[in-house]
Amino acid sequence: MSAIQTDSLTLSYGKQIIINELNLSIPNGQITVFIGSNGCGKSTLLKSLARLLKPEHGSILLEGKAIAKLPTKEVAKKLAILPQSPEAPEGLTVLQLVKQGRYPYQSWLKQWSEKDEEAVIRALEKTRMLDLKDRTVDSLSGGQRQRAWIAMTLAQDTNIILLDEPTTYLDMTHQIEILDLLFELNELEKRTIVMVLHDLNLACRYAHHIVALKNQKIYAQGKPEEVINCHLVKDVFDMDCKVTKDPLFGTPLCIPYGKGRCLLESNGAGVLHG
Amino acid sequence: MKKYIPFRMGKESISFLIDKKAVWISLLLFVLTIFVFMTSSSIGEAFIPPYDLIQTFLGNGSKFHELVVFSFRLPRIIIALLVGICLAISGGILQNLVRNPLASPDIIGITGGASVAVVIFFMIFSDTSNSLTVSIHWLPVAAFIGAMTTGLIVYLFAWKNGVSSYRLVLIGIGLALLTKSLTTLFMIKGPIYQATQANIWITGSVYAANWSQVQILFPLTVILILITVIMTRNINIQEFGDDIATGVGSQVQLNRLFLLILSTALTACAVAFAGGIGFVGLIAPHIAKRLVGSSFGAVLPVSALIGALIVMLSDFLGKTLFLPLEVPAGVFTAAIGAPYFIYLLYKHRNS
Repeated sequence: MSAIQTDSLTLSYGKQIIINELNLSIPNGQITVFIGSNGCGKSTLLKSLARLLKPEHGSILLEGKAIAKLPTKEVAKKLAILPQSPEAPEGLTVLQLVKQGRYPYQSWLKQWSEKDEEAVIRALEKTRMLDLKDRTVDSLSGGQRQRAWIAMTLAQDTNIILLDEPTTYLDMTHQIEILDLLFELNELEKRTIVMVLHDLNLACRYAHHIVALKNQKIYAQGKPEEVINCHLVKDVFDMDCKVTKDPLFGTPLCIPYGKGRCLLESNGAGVLHG
Repeated sequence: MKKYIPFRMGKESISFLIDKKAVWISLLLFVLTIFVFMTSSSIGEAFIPPYDLIQTFLGNGSKFHELVVFSFRLPRIIIALLVGICLAISGGILQNLVRNPLASPDIIGITGGASVAVVIFFMIFSDTSNSLTVSIHWLPVAAFIGAMTTGLIVYLFAWKNGVSSYRLVLIGIGLALLTKSLTTLFMIKGPIYQATQANIWITGSVYAANWSQVQILFPLTVILILITVIMTRNINIQEFGDDIATGVGSQVQLNRLFLLILSTALTACAVAFAGGIGFVGLIAPHIAKRLVGSSFGAVLPVSALIGALIVMLSDFLGKTLFLPLEVPAGVFTAAIGAPYFIYLLYKHRNS
C-alpha cells in the first residue's frame, strides 16, 4: 500500500488553479522528491498532502483513509511536515522547540511524560543536537538550525516526513549533511520521506522516486535513472543540458549549457545553446 | 547544572517540564510583590508603622488602623494586584496569538471598546440634572460588555477562510482608532459633568475599589488563570504560525478563537474595575520574555507578577507622590509604557 495517495486532486489559490486532477501515489518506505520549475506548485502539493491546504476537489488518502476525515491529532502521529524556512519564536531554546513535536501525544495536564522525554532525546541524538539543546534557536548557524527543526519533526515520531526544500540557504557541506541524515532515517528506520528539492543532481542521488511537475500535472515519475534525461529537463525547466552519469554515484548528472568560460576545444558548450 | 526539572505525578497523568530559572524569578517577584503590598498598606495619608501594620493584620490593631487598612487600603491594593495580573496575562496570550511583541489589548481596541461603552453608559443613564438614573455599580458591566463586543468584532472582521494573525492586528488597530473617535463623540454629546468622570475612568484608576468588587474580580481572575494554565501548550504552538501548528495536530482556528475570547475576557475584567489602564498588557509580557525566554509556561507566572507590580506601584505612587491630590494609576503606567513602546518600535524597526 502506498503511504499517501491523491485522488483527482485539484488545488487552487483563490481562482488560480495550481494543481489539476492529480492522481499521485507516494511509495511507502522510500524517498520521494518533487521537482519542477519555480511556481509549478510543488510546495503547494506538499502542503496539501499534510492537510495544511484544503483541496478544491478530490481527496488525499493517508494509509488508505481520507485525511480530511481523520482527527488532526491522529494525522500528526502518522505524518510530520517541515515547511520552508520556518521561524522559531525569539529566545526559544532547542529543547523547547523540539518539545513542540510531542504536541499530538500531550494533553491538558500530561505535558512531559517519560515517553515524551525519550522521543525528544532520541531526536536530538539522531540530529546530533543534544549538546546544543540549551542554546537558543536564533543563536544557531543555518545548518544547526535546520537540524533542530528536523529534530522537532522526528520527535513527532511519524512514519511519514514531508520537507519543503530542507536545504535552502545552506552551503554545500550542510546540504549534504541534511540529506545524508534524511537518507539514513530512511535506510535504518524505513521512514517514508517526501521532499521538494531544487538541486536536480542531489534529487537524483537521494531519491528512489522522482516526480516532475509541469502545467498543473505530473510530467513524469519513476526512478531518477529512468526518467531524467535532457528532454525532460528541457520540457520541465526550459533549460538545455547534457545528462551524464555522476562519476561517484552513477546517478544522473545534469550539466546545463549556457554562457561562461569554456576551456575545452570548440564543443559548443560555452556558446549560447540553440 | 540542569536547566529544567521534569515533574511527574500519578502514573504520568500529570507531567510538566519545569524551567528552573522561571521558578526562581517567579519566587523573587513574589517576594517583591509582597513587599510592595505591605508598603502600600502602610504608607498613605496616614502612616502606619510596619509593626502596627502586622498587628492589624493579625487582628490586634487599633480601630483606626483597622479602618484605614481593611476598609480603605486593602481592597484598592488587591484590585490593583488582580488588574495587573489580568492585563499582563491577556497581553501575553495576545502577543503569542498574533505573533507580534507589539500587540496588546489596548492597541487592538479592546480597552477602547470598553471606553466607548462607558461614555455611552454616562450618556444614556444621566438625567437632565446630570445625575445618574441607575447605580454606578452597573458601570463595570457596561465596560465588560464593551470590551467583549470589540474583541468579537475584531475577530469577525478579520475572518476570511479563517483568521490570520496579520489581519487581526490591522483590523484591531483600525478599530482602536474608531473607538477613540467614538469616545470623544459621545463625551461631547453627553453632559459635561460626566465627561470629567468618564475621562478619569478612561485614564484608569483603582480609587473606587471596594470589597464587593474584590469578591467579583478575585474568583473571575482565578478561573481565567486556571483556563490559561490548561491552554499553555496551545498558546505556545500558536506562536509558531499556522503551518507548524497544524502540522503537529493543533486545531489552529478553534484555538485562535478561544484564546482571543480568553484574552478579551481577562482585559474586560480588568477594565471593568480599573478603567483603561494602558500599556501593562504590552510591557509585562515583554519584560517577562526577556527574563525567561518565550515559553509561555514560564512567561505566564513571571508576566502576571510583573503586571501586578506595575499596577500596584503606579497606584502607590499616584496616592502618595502629590498628596493630598490623587493621580490615577493609568497616568503612571502610561508614563512608563509609552517610552517603552517607542523603544520597542525602535528596536523592531528592521524586522
